[in-house]
Amino acid sequence: MPEKYHIKTTPVPPRLPRIGKHGIVDWREDCARCHNCVKKACVYDRHRQEAAYIRNLKYSDFLFFECMGCFSCVQNCTKDLLCLTINSEYKKLGNHYWTPEIIHITWQQAETAAVPVSGAGYRGKFSGHGFDSMWTDMSEIVRPTRDGIHGREYISTSVDIGKKPSYLTFDSDQNISGLPAVIDIPMPMIVDMNPAEFTLPQLESYIIEAVKLTDLIAIVDSAKWPAALNDSQMKNIEAYLPHIAFHLNPDAPEIPFDVLRKTRLVEIPDHDDVLSRIAELKEKYPGLIISVRVALDSKGVDRTVELSRLGAEVIHTVADFNGNEIGVDSPGFIKDRIREIHTTLIKEGIRDEVTIIASGGFALPEHMAKGLLCGADVISIYLPLLIALECRLCNTCRPGLICPARLEDISFEYGVGRMRNLIAAWHLQLIELMGAMGMREARRLRGDVGRAMFFEELEEEIFGTLFGSRKRA
Amino acid sequence: MERFSVQEKELREILPEKTLKTRLPQVQINRETKPALPRYRNEIAKYIIYRSDDCIRCGKCAELCPYHVHVLKPGYKYFAMPKSYLCTGEACQKTDHYCITQCPQKALRIIKNPMIEALGDYRWPADMLLATWRMAETGEPPLSEYEYNYQAGESGGGFDRIRFKFPETPPVELQDDEIDTSILLNHRDDGRPQIQIDVPWYGGGMSFGSVSNVTQLSKVRAATAFNTFSCSGEGGYMERMRPYDDHMITQVATGLFGVREETIQRVRIVEFKYAQGAKPGLGGHLLGDKNTPAVAKIREAVVGISLFSPFPFHSVYSIEDHMKHLDWIKHVNRRALLSTKVSTPTDVDMVAVGSYSAGTHIIHLDGGYGGTGAAPDIAKKNIAMPIEYAIAKVHKFLVDEGAREKVVLIASGGIRTAHDIAKAIALGADGVVVGTAEMIALGCVRCSRCSAGRGCPRGIATTDPGLVTQIDIEWGTQRLINLYSAWRKDLIEILKRFGLRSVRELVGRSDLLMHLDFTNDILNELTGK
Ligand code: SF4
Ligand code: SF4
Ligand code: SF4
Ligand code: SF4
Repeated sequence: MPEKYHIKTTPVPPRLPRIGKHGIVDWREDCARCHNCVKKACVYDRHRQEAAYIRNLKYSDFLFFECMGCFSCVQNCTKDLLCLTINSEYKKLGNHYWTPEIIHITWQQAETAAVPVSGAGYRGKFSGHGFDSMWTDMSEIVRPTRDGIHGREYISTSVDIGKKPSYLTFDSDQNISGLPAVIDIPMPMIVDMNPAEFTLPQLESYIIEAVKLTDLIAIVDSAKWPAALNDSQMKNIEAYLPHIAFHLNPDAPEIPFDVLRKTRLVEIPDHDDVLSRIAELKEKYPGLIISVRVALDSKGVDRTVELSRLGAEVIHTVADFNGNEIGVDSPGFIKDRIREIHTTLIKEGIRDEVTIIASGGFALPEHMAKGLLCGADVISIYLPLLIALECRLCNTCRPGLICPARLEDISFEYGVGRMRNLIAAWHLQLIELMGAMGMREARRLRGDVGRAMFFEELEEEIFGTLFGSRKRA
Repeated sequence: MERFSVQEKELREILPEKTLKTRLPQVQINRETKPALPRYRNEIAKYIIYRSDDCIRCGKCAELCPYHVHVLKPGYKYFAMPKSYLCTGEACQKTDHYCITQCPQKALRIIKNPMIEALGDYRWPADMLLATWRMAETGEPPLSEYEYNYQAGESGGGFDRIRFKFPETPPVELQDDEIDTSILLNHRDDGRPQIQIDVPWYGGGMSFGSVSNVTQLSKVRAATAFNTFSCSGEGGYMERMRPYDDHMITQVATGLFGVREETIQRVRIVEFKYAQGAKPGLGGHLLGDKNTPAVAKIREAVVGISLFSPFPFHSVYSIEDHMKHLDWIKHVNRRALLSTKVSTPTDVDMVAVGSYSAGTHIIHLDGGYGGTGAAPDIAKKNIAMPIEYAIAKVHKFLVDEGAREKVVLIASGGIRTAHDIAKAIALGADGVVVGTAEMIALGCVRCSRCSAGRGCPRGIATTDPGLVTQIDIEWGTQRLINLYSAWRKDLIEILKRFGLRSVRELVGRSDLLMHLDFTNDILNELTGK
């Protein structure tokens, strides 16, 4: 059996006190000082921990919010003096798209590298915006394989970046010829470059280390070369370059030939003359795969299709942080736009000739699987890795403003470890979803909408026959 | 006792000798409702009443309040702490017995409990939890004065957007006792016994290990009282359950834990579990340290090793293989009805018709949002179809295939109230399986920590010896009997308003439902008007 893709992890605890959802408020007056106070009975020992926390207060801006919300102490207090509350700091995490729940579960995965598990069934909305309006399929008897216990052991999450030929050609010796270069990455995910809004000085070297550890690729703004790598990485640069895809920033100095030559993927911004730029790069770096970064604005879908027709091998379609089309009044969502692109390319018979990387709004591991089912080959993320570092998307990371998550203080081990753990947890969860679908290969998820169920379609197909037409969008 | 001996004689003809010998006399449980008071000192309340030191103990409030919030026990000098959870709050303001304004000393104060915000979630909002607790306490649907909005949740879809189209007056006037809530579980006419259950639901499988044996026993005892069933789950079968064999379902799941000839022969229904709604398509894994001597004993495993329930049955690749399984059980237990529990993939209709053709009596669909046990969050939220769609889809397909009359369709996965039960039936199910609601009745607050550390801090979903003592079997049984009684009353009320004499007449009557997000004008739309 070939060696399997496995990310070695160890837990990386948070640096700061946890911003939990629940806290206990204690109206101390009138306390009867019971000998056997209910606080002693907390199964999680939270009251004692809170007292200890307050005694050694390190961060005056963090209260203790680690109650698990079981109501036991509250309901047993002799004088009914305790009250369980929702932490207002918790409610302020993130924004309407990157909800407190998403931030919280990301922190949990960055700490443990494990699949989040809980009891008592599902607690959320029936369906929702974006990726929440679809479900993934399962099979009662189809398995990825019957080998191993759950059949999951043999799932491959690898995908390719690059052109795939639609037929093979052979040379005079009957050997396959003219195969285009492709990059095989072990998981359908790459890391995007730091968006300007969240620029923090030293994160590139952490990300580069994390993608090397997980055998993935990170896009790095060429303006950041060579500062993006730290000294020790620089010393061993050959090992890192295959994991870096420079975004060739037209305003930055050129990347030295010997450096770019050793990378596998490069990204260029879209512009009118992008094809000649591709040709020029191909000429100079024959083995390099070139991706064109296309903004998913009002013309994003058409432009992606057009570039595919014109022979671009990789297109990185980028929506805004929340997965919405950029600069459009009632914007479409990335998953729907990717579906459009995918079906158009299928109809034109050129789907395999281009790799579509989708970016924007991928906040949870299920979004990765759903993005693929809608037609992306690969997704790209950035914010989840930032959140892994205890960022809460307060959007104050600008010079002169204080980062409440104190990102400027993180250590290399912490930063890399948390990002690696998050990637590992996403990988495990992709396997969970694929296992349930009975899919053995992530490559085959692409565009397989038969393995997905869409809210609008089920409503129409099933409820439409019972209740007429749907009123709300 | 007479009934028992008759039954025994019949059994002698069908049960193998060795099963008969090990068979214990079956216990009967009284269905009577009795108060089963909350087990915590401070039941969570919607409103909180405070009494200040200005109180002169005139007793006026106790006299006024019809809900017994104010209690001055005879011989006591001071009032007990107000039983705030019984207070109807805002609704009371409009009445002539509002204690707050009538206290001569103005010693009483009322506030909305700020803690309510921290209680519940979209699927089980606070009102639904409070109402379920009240039903488990009293055996009655909550009084309208409490204004609990408990008949639907806030998930924004499925059951939570579906309502009944009640006629202004019922087409026929019916008395409660004229309405039949029983259903039959064998539609096949295959010579196997007919089983009738008195209510259109039974209890879902929860294994020993995932819940305490007090929880399991309370469930089966309540099921016995209502002449319905409870299920072993995949964890084997405790000896203490044997006096309730007639109301137990033995589950044959992929790990085959506790599955023996004898555990199959004891019961009247055997359930094949292919998948479950909490983690559709995923297997199970009991960590080695949770495999305690007690768990290992009933799972017939070695203490301390990790136990896997693979996914799926490694012996099933096709409907034909499934049929072999069913035939095997039919052979081993000649009186059993067979149930096939599956989850809800896109082709759930094909799965259902397949299991019907393989010979199952009951098709049990467990929808994607279901489950009580620990499961990956990603699975709970994303995998498989919500049950509301699956019921309608399967019902229609079975009707079209001409098979609907021959098979019993049972639905689960997010059934929380009698209203959900009736909606599921109107969408096309014959009955439902419930799970979480039973946990709630036993005092679950949906904190979701069932699998963490020592398990449920409230003593329900745990085997921790220190925690399980919080519940005793009599109390647990009574809470569930009360919940079932209240549900039955709610269900009868629904049937009565439609003028239906039997819950069986409700099956597939989606014309009695409306969806808040649809035009509900299907007739006109179909005829193009
Ligand atoms: S509510 Fe539960 S978890 Fe929270 S402090 Fe009280 S006993 Fe501990
Ligand atoms: S009515 Fe007022 S003064 Fe009288 S017992 Fe009640 S709280 Fe006290
Ligand atoms: S407000 Fe009404 S229900 Fe509440 S305690 Fe007073 S009298 Fe009773
Ligand atoms: S741990 Fe919480 S959610 Fe689970 S059964 Fe106990 S109270 Fe309910």
